[in-house]
Amino acid sequence: MFGFSRAQSIAFVLMVALIALCPFVLYPVFLMRVLTAALFACSFNLMIGYVGLLSFGQAAFFGMGSYVAAWTMKAWHVDASIAIAVGGLTGAALGLVLGFLAIRRSGIYFAMITLALAQMVYFFCLEAPFTGGEDGIQQVPRGHLFGFLDLSNDMTMYWVTAGVFLAGFLLVHRIIHSPFGQVLKGIRENEPRATSLGYRTDDYKLIAFVLSCTIAGIAGGTKALVFGIATLTDVHSSTSGEIVLTTLLGGLGTVFGPAVGALVVTSMENYLAQFGAWVTVTQGVIFMVCVLAFRRGIVGEIASYLKISL
Amino acid sequence: MIMIFGIPGPLLFGQLLLGLINGAFYAMLSLGLAVIFGMLNIINFAHGALFMMGAFVSWILLNYLGIGYFPALILSPLLVGIFGIVLEKTVISRLYKLDHLYGLLLTFGLSLVIEGLFRNAYGSSGMPYRIPDMLSGATNLGFMYMPNYRGWVVLAALTVCIATWAIIEKTSLGATLRAATENAPMVQAFGVNVPRLITLTYAGGVALAAFAGVLAAPIYSVNPNMGSNFINTVFAVVVIGGMGSIMGSIVTGFGLGVVEGLTKVFYPQASATVVFLVMVIVLLVRPRGLFGKAA
Amino acid sequence: MLLSRRSALTSAAVAATLPLVRPARAQKPKLKIGVLNDMSGPYANTGGATSVVCTKQALEDFGVATRDMDVEVIAADHQNKPDLAVSIARQWFDRDGVDMLLDVPTSSVALALQSVVREKNKVFLNSGAASSALTGEQCSPNFVHWTYDTFMLAKSTGGAMVKAGGDSWYFVTADYAFGKQLQGDTSTLVKAAGGKVLGAAQYPFPGTTDFSSFLVQAQASGAKVLGLANAGGDTVNCIKQANEFGLNNSMKVAALLMFISDVHALGLDVAHGLNLTESFYWDMNERTRAFTKRVLPKTPTNYPNMDHAGCYSATLHYLKACADMGIAEAKKDGVATVNRMKAMPVEDDCFGTSKIREDGRNLVTSYLFEVKKPSESKGPWDYYKLVATTPGDEAFRPMADGHCGFIKA
Repeated sequence: MFGFSRAQSIAFVLMVALIALCPFVLYPVFLMRVLTAALFACSFNLMIGYVGLLSFGQAAFFGMGSYVAAWTMKAWHVDASIAIAVGGLTGAALGLVLGFLAIRRSGIYFAMITLALAQMVYFFCLEAPFTGGEDGIQQVPRGHLFGFLDLSNDMTMYWVTAGVFLAGFLLVHRIIHSPFGQVLKGIRENEPRATSLGYRTDDYKLIAFVLSCTIAGIAGGTKALVFGIATLTDVHSSTSGEIVLTTLLGGLGTVFGPAVGALVVTSMENYLAQFGAWVTVTQGVIFMVCVLAFRRGIVGEIASYLKISL
Repeated sequence: MIMIFGIPGPLLFGQLLLGLINGAFYAMLSLGLAVIFGMLNIINFAHGALFMMGAFVSWILLNYLGIGYFPALILSPLLVGIFGIVLEKTVISRLYKLDHLYGLLLTFGLSLVIEGLFRNAYGSSGMPYRIPDMLSGATNLGFMYMPNYRGWVVLAALTVCIATWAIIEKTSLGATLRAATENAPMVQAFGVNVPRLITLTYAGGVALAAFAGVLAAPIYSVNPNMGSNFINTVFAVVVIGGMGSIMGSIVTGFGLGVVEGLTKVFYPQASATVVFLVMVIVLLVRPRGLFGKAA
Repeated sequence: MLLSRRSALTSAAVAATLPLVRPARAQKPKLKIGVLNDMSGPYANTGGATSVVCTKQALEDFGVATRDMDVEVIAADHQNKPDLAVSIARQWFDRDGVDMLLDVPTSSVALALQSVVREKNKVFLNSGAASSALTGEQCSPNFVHWTYDTFMLAKSTGGAMVKAGGDSWYFVTADYAFGKQLQGDTSTLVKAAGGKVLGAAQYPFPGTTDFSSFLVQAQASGAKVLGLANAGGDTVNCIKQANEFGLNNSMKVAALLMFISDVHALGLDVAHGLNLTESFYWDMNERTRAFTKRVLPKTPTNYPNMDHAGCYSATLHYLKACADMGIAEAKKDGVATVNRMKAMPVEDDCFGTSKIREDGRNLVTSYLFEVKKPSESKGPWDYYKLVATTPGDEAFRPMADGHCGFIKA
């Protein structure tokens, strides 16, 4: 199924079971935050894990998706599916423009140029009248899905969010295991060779970049609906940094890593909130330990211990 | 009164001068980053945190030990430099064989830890640090009122920048350093202790940041976020100047300070963003940076 | 696993922050108060832990332990992020059974929470946020704005400046909702008094540390007054640098929002002579001194300011109203609780007596202070001289000008 290996299928079933059971035990709004963060991390993982491009500006697409979805919803009261799709399209459009500039550079220069471009997007969001500046777009209605599902109920919203996450997750997986994904991995391993085999590597990288931004935009749009708010936090460079941490902690280039990372990081933020600045200290320590001791991340280490691929 | 672009001339000169002062900080910080990158191939994201540490150490020296500004100007970089040696020996040295990205991520985590610890210990509202009496007051330059302390900052920064450049480009120690950057095993074969050289370079770069921190303490309030406010801009300076280029980072530091100063006159809201605009343009047109060597 | 970790953490936090709660004898009716503010960022000293201390002081002074009720106080850090605040508040209401939300500085955060509280029909007593829109276009029947707002700051500090001959202004403004509103409210007032605004520099927030460029522009404008429409560390830096550039020789500095903790951070040798407005000063009279004496052992390094005092006063009044209408009723209906609070006169050690207006504005008296010279200060935190007093019914924007939606004209 979807090119999963046996171990991955088991892990996938386990994940779906968890998603189905958790809301009966845990607070659904918190779980929705985990799910949107997980989807966002998956989009980032697509770039770093399979194309080898570290984007330091991923928040730009997440945030813009969130802003535009929120604005569409609030101004026109459209169907929730349309608002989320608009978020994705925003991510795609912005990704196409910025990606066109960024993919000409690789390695550290790619990281730097995405950082700089994201800073400019942040500035745009701060100044543009439609974003509400520092206040953000508030009181965004959740509306209805397909006209009849009332999303103001937390559980209904949860199932929709879970559906969006699973769809995005499978999409990323499908992309990676398609012939297109094989070429991407080839580019990651040896770009000159891929070029000499006749692949237009820049086109491949750009398409991957746009796909990644689309998914980030969808995650942003969903988050805006869940919380009824889109703010500057979503486009800020610290969000970009956090998603790097999330993915690194879960495991770069693993299928399930981003989701695990999102669960850990979001829980930490949520439950450590009362301890003030210790959150940053803990995050910093985890970052360092990850880089020094287990660069493969949680899922990566488990997988290598069990000698399977997850 | 002379008008330039609809702005009174004296005001414009004033802004250029202020831009240069801010540029002095950019130059000193990016210089340290460039030295470290050139030698260790590490992008030291913790630079801002170490800058902040420099300021805090001088505040601590004053408030707990009664040691004033001028001794702190030497002591604080020394202490932070020693901290840098410890860092290099314990964690950073493990990363030399890995991709750049890991160095960046590690030092990013490091800066979170350092800033968080200071925030826990001293809060975040900032500690006052007085301008030393000898440098207080201001001089009327005709077109603007120039605080003496800021004049001192530019002088001190320029001196340190030029001295660093001279050491690296004009002395035999600098020659060894540059040689080790090009080909470490060969230099090692000549009997130079390259690992120690690397450690000392890191300490030197860090000490530069701490020195800038002490200079900054009387101007800004000493607070745990003072480094992270600077760091993104300083990165942009290094990239624009050409990563690892000493002269590039000095000139670009001062230059961008001026560009930012002018933006503050014409479109102040964008003053924090203009640096990134320049960075994108430079990366697209001349990816190795204005002063960088061709790859 | 998460569940157990969560409850372990919560109980640890409660144990640490609330030594007052005793095991209930029987099932006493229980109220839960959530203090949501900045515990680690730029506004951590103006609100932060001291707000929690003052809130608990109110429980003690009300004598919760001797009454037939139980009150629990929990706290969290919103990091000045509206989205984080919304998610914490939702969780508090949905899961943790919080009845009243308290403090919440940072205007954007407070505005974001307004709709959540209304949706859940709880009580929102705000002490820390500034925006006058909270009782204007964004007002809510579940809300009381306790301590101060941008209009009152503009009227008190700005009005005094204009009266003293400061009829031309230049603003240095934090480029976000709060700064713009403060600048707007002050400009309106200056113009109405026959003064003029010569210019404004809006600087990027957060992240600006060097204000010299804006200060030099202000100086070049020839304005008599430098209006600082910002808060916290930014204000402190602006004043320091204005001093450095000799602006205080040629123009008056109006720090439109400044707390005593900011004065403390600046030091009197820089801050002396500044005019500022607070609705509470610890050394105002016998009652405020008595209050300060009670809370100070629990927050020895940070004296209470008006934000902290507002948390105390609001909690005390809330408890009175709840006791009056019955805990069960109060828990059920936030609007009814707020209405009861509006019907009762407010009376406590910090603000004396005041009245809550129909739109949720608590009409406290506002005081214009001047910061003392170092030679005049006789003890720790002896910083203010009282210059002028504006009674509550004159200090705030008239209700009709606010265009609050739920009030029928």
